Amino acid sequence: MTAIQTAPANPLAHGRLHRRTPWMVLGLSFAVAAGVLSLLAAAGTIGSLNLIAVAVLGTVFYIVSIGVLSSQVEGRRQATDRIVTAVVTTAFVLAVIPLVSLVFTVVANGLARFDVQFFTFSMRNVVGEGGGAVHAITGTLLMTGTAAIISIPIGLLTAIYLVEYGRGPLARAITFFVDVMTGIPSIVAGLFAFALFALFFGPGVRMGFAGAVALSVLMIPVVVRSCEEMLRIVPNELREASFALGVPKWLTVLKVVLPTSIAGITTGIMLAIARVIGETAPLLIVAGFTASMNTNLFADRMQSLPVFVFTSYANQGVDFQADLDRAWAGALTLILIVMVLNLAARLIARFFAPKFGR
Amino acid sequence: MTATTPRPASAEALPAKPAIRLGDLLFSRAALWSGGLILVILAAVAIFLVAQSIPALTADPADFVGQPASFLDYVWPLVFGTLWSAALALVMALPLAIGIALFISHYAPRKLAQALGYLVDLLAAVPSVVYGLWGIGVLAPAIQPVYSWLVDNAGWFPLFAGPVSGTGRTILTAGIVLGVMILPVMTAICREVFLQTPVLHEEAALALGATRWEMIRMAVLPFGRPGIISGAMLGLGRALGETMAVAMVLSPQAIVSFALLQSANPSTIAANIALSFPEAYGVNVNLLIATGLVLFLITLAVNSIARYVVNRRKDFSGAN
Repeated sequence: MTAIQTAPANPLAHGRLHRRTPWMVLGLSFAVAAGVLSLLAAAGTIGSLNLIAVAVLGTVFYIVSIGVLSSQVEGRRQATDRIVTAVVTTAFVLAVIPLVSLVFTVVANGLARFDVQFFTFSMRNVVGEGGGAVHAITGTLLMTGTAAIISIPIGLLTAIYLVEYGRGPLARAITFFVDVMTGIPSIVAGLFAFALFALFFGPGVRMGFAGAVALSVLMIPVVVRSCEEMLRIVPNELREASFALGVPKWLTVLKVVLPTSIAGITTGIMLAIARVIGETAPLLIVAGFTASMNTNLFADRMQSLPVFVFTSYANQGVDFQADLDRAWAGALTLILIVMVLNLAARLIARFFAPKFGR
Repeated sequence: MTATTPRPASAEALPAKPAIRLGDLLFSRAALWSGGLILVILAAVAIFLVAQSIPALTADPADFVGQPASFLDYVWPLVFGTLWSAALALVMALPLAIGIALFISHYAPRKLAQALGYLVDLLAAVPSVVYGLWGIGVLAPAIQPVYSWLVDNAGWFPLFAGPVSGTGRTILTAGIVLGVMILPVMTAICREVFLQTPVLHEEAALALGATRWEMIRMAVLPFGRPGIISGAMLGLGRALGETMAVAMVLSPQAIVSFALLQSANPSTIAANIALSFPEAYGVNVNLLIATGLVLFLITLAVNSIARYVVNRRKDFSGAN
């Protein structure tokens, strides 16, 4: 550190790569990778030119060359920075590949049976082609709706308790156990609902309401978590101003805290619904699967969309392509429902968010 | 509060106690009871699972499907498969999740970042059964050649021991699907935490001449460590309890094996329950519920450790 030795003119100054240099290096790396691999392919060492191999090799080339170049021109610290930037971007691209592939596959395979019949027919008496998932969609909406009706009041009130009232060991216990509940595997929630309802209705019970109970076990902690977060970010000044005006606490919560955070709360609830609407395992256990329409939550098996996808895949008939097509169409429908819920949540958050005058 | 004794006459001399309004009382009670209800529900989950498991623990193992020597013999391969697949998923997904989160929060252009964040949130909500369908329909066939290559060229490494599975339906495929599934959740949490890093810390680091990576290492990562840990644990919990993806991808056997690429793979507790439950009868239902209880205990342990770590670190990280 003692800069008494014969240092260069200014040890703190160093060169910098031009803004476009990394991009040029990137293009060059890929070109070199493609060149090397096509030479190898021509020589017969490897089978054929593989785009994935080019991408992998090009990335490696880029990371090495930008590191060397930068450490020569800019110094070690800048070189590390450039390498990390490259690695982080690579991680991102790497992770996006399966996700894009997933969406693409579902859309491509799902469109085959994404027709009117799919949304107007059940699977009753259907063998082979045709049939649809209207019974499954109805079941999903009924069970998820019931679960939401059970979970939202409990979850919201608990969040209010934790933020506005909760002090001491009880609040700590609730916070802790909400976390524990978040981690309950969905299949365990299904087993719980089964054990509970088997007690009253005998073994072998299958009903939609039990499915809704299982879903609400999964949904309550999510609602509590997101509502709690939203209530906590309401500025304390608002509460204090309200108290100073002599407003009772419950009215403060109802008229000041909740309206301020209603957008966030709605978003959280929608996201919670979107999460449980795709749950398969608990419904497979307690609601069972069926080919017929059933709108009675309290009797008989009830099909749901995720279970429909699973059973279409798992119990393929002779005409297995028809079953597979139905499974993919069901998956596409499910993703669309989730996406619509998400979009609606975002829009609500955007339009109804309180204006802080900024 | 409920049974107030009649106020002594001298109380009138004291400053008036603030009157508790009816609305306040009702509201706070309702909030309190819903909070308590959560504890009741969780207790009920534990009690019912235990109650329904007891018949399986006391029954003669000869009554079980497959006739294992004992309950432990039945459950151990499943526990192993659960832990092993979840560990694989976590090892693959955690570095990627941190990378993506950093990319979205600190590297991508602002406008792009918002869209990417939304995309990640959306993917977090994609149902697991869809991931399962994708794993079996797309990933397994696509990755099988890689497995063959690995077994041919790296078969000396115990994890990659042959013979290779011809379908690609191996525990590694299940691990990858699980990793892809937990990636969005972990990314969302990490990104959220990274974005909350005090801007002043970041600007101070930059003003002292730090490069972007040094700024991230000095300001963002220490601040976000509890978030990373809790995200990882949440992802681990999800991977442990994940049912459908594993149930669809694996063709399970009751074995304990670390080999990643063979066609004989251990199943997981959750997948085993989902596959066996519809046909289960008699004491086998209790047996499955007992394995569910084991799964519950495992996830409980993981979550408690995560809580403990996060709470312990919170004091030092400046996150509060």
